[in-house]
Amino acid sequence: MKYETQKALPPPASTIGVLGWMRKHLFKGPGSSIATLVLGYLAVIWLWPLIDWAFISADWLGTTRQDCSGDGACWVFINQRLDQFLYGFYPEAETWRLDLSFVILMACIGWLVIPRLPAKGPMAVFTLVIFPFIAFVLLSGGFFGLEPVDTHKWGGLSLTLVLAVVGIVAALPFGVLLALGRRSHMPIVRSLSVIYIEIWRGVPLITVLFMASVMLPLFFPEGMDFDKLLRALIGITMFQSAYMAEVVRGGLQAIPRGQYEAADALGLGYWQKMVMIILPQALKLMIPGIVNTFIALFKDTSLVLIIGLFDLLAIMQAAANDPNWIGFATEGYVFVALVFWVFCFSMSRYSQHLEKRLHTGHGAR
Amino acid sequence: MSEPQNRVDNELAVELRNLNKWYGEFHVLKNINLQVKKGERIVICGPSGSGKSTMIRCINRLEEHQQGEIIVNGRHLTEDVKQIESVRKDVGMVFQHFNLFPHLTVLENCVLAPIWVKKVPRKEAEATAMKYLERVKIPEQAKKYPGQLSGGQQQRVAIARSLCMNPDVMLFDEPTSALDPEMIKEVLDVMIELAREGMTMLCVTHEMGFAKTVADRVIFMDSGQIIEENEPHAFFNNPEHERTKLFLSQILNH
Repeated sequence: MKYETQKALPPPASTIGVLGWMRKHLFKGPGSSIATLVLGYLAVIWLWPLIDWAFISADWLGTTRQDCSGDGACWVFINQRLDQFLYGFYPEAETWRLDLSFVILMACIGWLVIPRLPAKGPMAVFTLVIFPFIAFVLLSGGFFGLEPVDTHKWGGLSLTLVLAVVGIVAALPFGVLLALGRRSHMPIVRSLSVIYIEIWRGVPLITVLFMASVMLPLFFPEGMDFDKLLRALIGITMFQSAYMAEVVRGGLQAIPRGQYEAADALGLGYWQKMVMIILPQALKLMIPGIVNTFIALFKDTSLVLIIGLFDLLAIMQAAANDPNWIGFATEGYVFVALVFWVFCFSMSRYSQHLEKRLHTGHGAR
Repeated sequence: MSEPQNRVDNELAVELRNLNKWYGEFHVLKNINLQVKKGERIVICGPSGSGKSTMIRCINRLEEHQQGEIIVNGRHLTEDVKQIESVRKDVGMVFQHFNLFPHLTVLENCVLAPIWVKKVPRKEAEATAMKYLERVKIPEQAKKYPGQLSGGQQQRVAIARSLCMNPDVMLFDEPTSALDPEMIKEVLDVMIELAREGMTMLCVTHEMGFAKTVADRVIFMDSGQIIEENEPHAFFNNPEHERTKLFLSQILNH
């Protein structure tokens, strides 16, 4: 028999493209087709009132509640209180400082996440080391002729972001150190790490915040008092770093022994081995877990309400209790939910993108 | 060797004196004595669980020993971290499962340790790495990641990575056991070339062809002891011990 290499043919037209996708996923056999139609119908009749409420019958323009017809959502409320939602009680004349900090932060993050832009290293140092000082000076003032703004005036989305960004940036390195400590061969380091992690992980964040704001001052000498926001930040960081430590430990355990041995055999020291060989691989594996913790942290910031800090959620609730706007809490909650969702979803998408980009052809994708 | 036991012999690359090791209650290495001269090529074989891997892993202290002495290039291997790191600079190791760093390119794998451990400037380290990658015949793969290479290629990169540290002794821990049959030869060829250039080698392997070609001595281990050692011709043709005969009959006639 004569053997010839056969030419590769294109796949049948009905199996590719939009049509092919629909055939395969929506209308594969009578059962699948019926399910698609029924579920599609249900989706439409359930979603329609929501769309109607949020968009079609909603009122967007105006200044008072009288401008709302009452058929749909009254976005006038959000519109009128937007400044407060964003800036809290920050003096109106000074809100440009919050805007500027936010713009710088977004520019830094944008620079870091867009792969094409150069000088990632210096930029990361700027973002992590220099930017916090800039932001601190801008936000609290008191330097360079900037009017001091006390932290109890901070609030709204800007406060939420301060809590979340500081918590995220501080919790990761502490978490890594704690995880390394927990896997250390030195008994004291290991015990201290285990005790720290288990204690912080075992208590609710609300009690941590409560302790930070009410109990902690009792332990300090008379007259020595430091900022409530700072105490909340320290509480959140310590709490989240315990969670982070366990995520990181999971990642460290997934690295094969051979990687440690190869690094040892080449004569790398402990920190060289960890920083250059183990952590880069482990952190890549940990991205879903880390981002999960970040997202949880972002949402947990709204618990600072309990110690009298007004984050986005708290300030919305306060605004909804304003006699002029009684009855529009639903719009407020939807708005807050949407803002939280946008931030959390962005983190989630970026983490997925990062996982793909860091994939170098080993292990399971 | 008629030297007094406490003196350090400059002609020796590796010396093990009365080496004992336990895993918990289990006595894995029993009174091992071994002297490896500079430039000597040693093949270690034996059934699985005989302690052969454990023995060579003690030489760069991937495994701790509990009794006895290990002297590498005149340096006693002790618990002192500085001492361990200085010994590891001189001893290269190739693993059964390659253990390349998957998040780094082939070239990065090769230059990492020279740059960070030996403080060689990057340019120089890269030049050295390319030289060794050429010697193992894969310079064109330098920019790829280990996951994109075949097993044989990965193992050759692992050999090049060790050589970049310019070691005095190379340890091979079953370097071909995890390879597909058609890739074994390319790795063995590199090892044979290395042996001919006079590298001191301790090689745990079941590749008896390799042993016959390059080994100065073949060592047979069983249940934590060195049972027999001899030059390859005598070892394969007239093994003294029954245990050795049995082992050889099992691996040679299948």
